[in-house]
Amino acid sequence: MEGYLPVGHAVGWGLASAPFLAWGIRNLGKQLREQPESRLVLGASGGFAFVLSALKIPSVTGSCSHPTGVGLGAILFGPATMSVLGFVVLLFQALLLAHGGLTTLGANTFSMAIVGSFVAYGLYRGGAALRLPTNLSIFLAASIGDLATYVVTSFQLALAFPDPVSGFAGSAAKFLGIFAVTQIPLAISEGLLTVLVLNLLRSHAGEQIAALVPALKGASK
Amino acid sequence: MKRQNLLLLLGVIVLALIPLLTIKPAHEGDEIFLGADGQAESAITEIRPDYKPWFAPFWEPPSGEIESLLFGLQAALGAGAVAYCIGYYRGRNSSAKEMNAAAS
Repeated sequence: MEGYLPVGHAVGWGLASAPFLAWGIRNLGKQLREQPESRLVLGASGGFAFVLSALKIPSVTGSCSHPTGVGLGAILFGPATMSVLGFVVLLFQALLLAHGGLTTLGANTFSMAIVGSFVAYGLYRGGAALRLPTNLSIFLAASIGDLATYVVTSFQLALAFPDPVSGFAGSAAKFLGIFAVTQIPLAISEGLLTVLVLNLLRSHAGEQIAALVPALKGASK
Repeated sequence: MKRQNLLLLLGVIVLALIPLLTIKPAHEGDEIFLGADGQAESAITEIRPDYKPWFAPFWEPPSGEIESLLFGLQAALGAGAVAYCIGYYRGRNSSAKEMNAAAS
């Protein structure tokens, strides 16, 4: 999508993302100072986002897209910290793969790294507050966070390219048809994989996970 | 837990297989399962036929093969980090248990 976002929008989304990244970098530094032993789990959260955003999966619309993988880290480390990891993934893809893009980095950071993380984190906390089963909260957080990313992407594009006749709404419907509908089965997959990896982490690194999120203590083997 | 994990993995595989097996190209020889990104680019050109991308990547993978190599590398690095973390703690926790058992 390199160069497809007009200059003003590219700069605007970059500016909108910057304070979240600054907040995240501060949180990340604090996290590593206060709980240095959490760096392996942090590496695993970044690794998970790396794997998931590399997997282009076929969907029911006859096109392919990829999940985001930000839900896991957002649940474990909070949304601001995960924004930074998501940004790193996007930067890697923009520079080495010519995927996404540098001029769309601000907009993609906003939709995936920031909105995706905050929606996932908010839903996880909401599910926990409502005493939903833990794995259901994790599933909803990761899958709806993934879907939210692509809904925001569609709105970002509709804002930049309103339809000459039907305006923002018409354009949004078009981009939602391309991105959000394609994403539905992928979002479900992301939810399932996030539950799977958190199951593994909780049964093999239970103490380390409980030190990050006490509510995730005590998964059965 | 093991059973649940297997079912989760099976779910992911089925979700990817359904479109792969059921969706056929509208016309013989049409390409399907292209990237949603490319479709969005065409949609932009439809909405604003005069719009020209104003920036090009500094470097692009020279072929689809090289691109898939890099995506494969990205997935391998990520999977390595996840597996290292799980394996490290699994090994550490089980050796701690053995030590406790030997000491008592």
